[in-house]
Amino acid sequence: MMSRKGNTVMKLRTMNRHLRESFRSLTRNGWMSFASISAVTVSLVLVAMFLIVMFNLNKIAGDVENDVEVKVYLDQSTTAAQQNQLEERLKGIADVQSVSFVSRKEGLNSLLDSLGTDSNQFQDLQRENPLPNAFVLKTNQPEQTIQVASEARNLPNVADVRYGKGTVERLFKFVNIMRNVGIVLILGLLFTSVFLIANTIKLTIVARRREIEIMKLCGATNAFVRWPYFIEGLLMGILGSLIPVTLVIVVYHFAYYNLSSNLSQMFIRLIPFQTMVTNLSLLLVGIGALIGVWGSVSSVRKFLKI
Amino acid sequence: MQRNRERLDRICLARSNSIKKYRGNNSNMDNMILMQNVWKAYPNGVMALNGVDLSVKKGEFVYVVGPSGAGKSTFIKMIYRELKPTRGKIFVNNKNIANLKNRQVPYLRRKIGVVFQDFKLLPKLTVYENVAFALEVIEEHPSQIKKRVMEVLDLVGLKHKLRSFPDQLSGGEQQRVSIARSICNRPPVLIADEPTGNLDPETSWQIMDVFRRINEQGTTVVMATHNKDIVNHIRHRVIALEGGMVVRDEQEGEYGYEA
Repeated sequence: MMSRKGNTVMKLRTMNRHLRESFRSLTRNGWMSFASISAVTVSLVLVAMFLIVMFNLNKIAGDVENDVEVKVYLDQSTTAAQQNQLEERLKGIADVQSVSFVSRKEGLNSLLDSLGTDSNQFQDLQRENPLPNAFVLKTNQPEQTIQVASEARNLPNVADVRYGKGTVERLFKFVNIMRNVGIVLILGLLFTSVFLIANTIKLTIVARRREIEIMKLCGATNAFVRWPYFIEGLLMGILGSLIPVTLVIVVYHFAYYNLSSNLSQMFIRLIPFQTMVTNLSLLLVGIGALIGVWGSVSSVRKFLKI
Repeated sequence: MQRNRERLDRICLARSNSIKKYRGNNSNMDNMILMQNVWKAYPNGVMALNGVDLSVKKGEFVYVVGPSGAGKSTFIKMIYRELKPTRGKIFVNNKNIANLKNRQVPYLRRKIGVVFQDFKLLPKLTVYENVAFALEVIEEHPSQIKKRVMEVLDLVGLKHKLRSFPDQLSGGEQQRVSIARSICNRPPVLIADEPTGNLDPETSWQIMDVFRRINEQGTTVVMATHNKDIVNHIRHRVIALEGGMVVRDEQEGEYGYEA
């Protein structure tokens, strides 16, 4: 009956009404809305700070993980034949991805490189190289270094096996614990704020209950009744994420530009400012919108059963 | 207790079967409401309707009477699908609504006007806005809304009060606003649950006059009531419910109970 154009116009008008309704409700229940928005803000601030730390720890752990290699130093007395035999046996260890040979000369050069340009001071070393020949092993998974290292140690002609022993183990443990605790904490916080929003809106709905009842009796669809609540939740969620996003920008700006020079001396590189801020902001707004909508829409459900 | 229940069930079944046979000869097309062997058990075990069979023709005016707890409200709520029957079929406008999907219910409600004892008006909206509200929520075109609201307010005689708020009106006037709202979408059937329950006798007559006018325009009216005077003076078909069963169904019947 209605032309296609007419229908679109109708939809726009309806959407206009829903927007008006949700804004009206936001302002009419000012303090309630404020409480809901604050709940979102508080949880998102905590989530944001936690995520900044987590993301960076993850990156650092990843960097270290990729660096993890096992160095197998040979006895000075090893013959070429023994050396070949050892290489085969190292390749035979389960989980070993690659084995590469680093001669004493190469080892020294890369050591000097890493110490910087001032290698002239180390002229002495070049004349009398103290380093042994070595094999460098990479494992399939970083976690396997410990196992591989202990197997390599038992082979003949091996003088010593080195990997970032304590550091690697402790780092993995720490990152894992942080990850798990973080997930539990974040989920807890998010559920709390969904619950808070749902309850706040429920309080305001009791007043609007009659309106919903009449709408339903007049033949309004559930979607029609739900729309303003959906928009209201969305608005509350997004408003609630504004302060956390600002805070992320300020805090990370400080962390990145003031701390990272100190950290880089410890070979730690943080996630670039731009990347971090963009991704985290989008994530926070997204989470805020999600909990707002979830809390709001879930609280109407009960009243739609008329 | 259990034995009584079973005996009752047998009687009901026999009765409903005989009525079904009788119905079979009739064309159903001119039925506005048709109930076939409708049962309703509430979750707490109360049997509100025990095999109701009846039909209401298009354009009819029907009183539903009976003592409190007879199942009148259940009967009414079943028609606009606030409640689903436990068993049986209910046809409204020749469509079985017993198995209607929930998302179809709004479209059923647009064909049924409902009026309540407590008016159910929104206190913060004016008379005009209250009536227009019913058309806005079904996304009617604004120009249509304005025209139609004025028409129905004229019909119930409240055109001059369109800017008033409900608390500035008398009970009778509020009920007339509620009636205007219920018919603004031109539903073929109007359901009223004790519409005069909160009103004094004089006002009740005015409300009945509005119903008469609506009925004269071709709208079927089903009205549950306790008002003995009205039923006995403005004669229409009377359906009496007792214990969830139709115990009496008379054209131009009497109220039949002591007020």
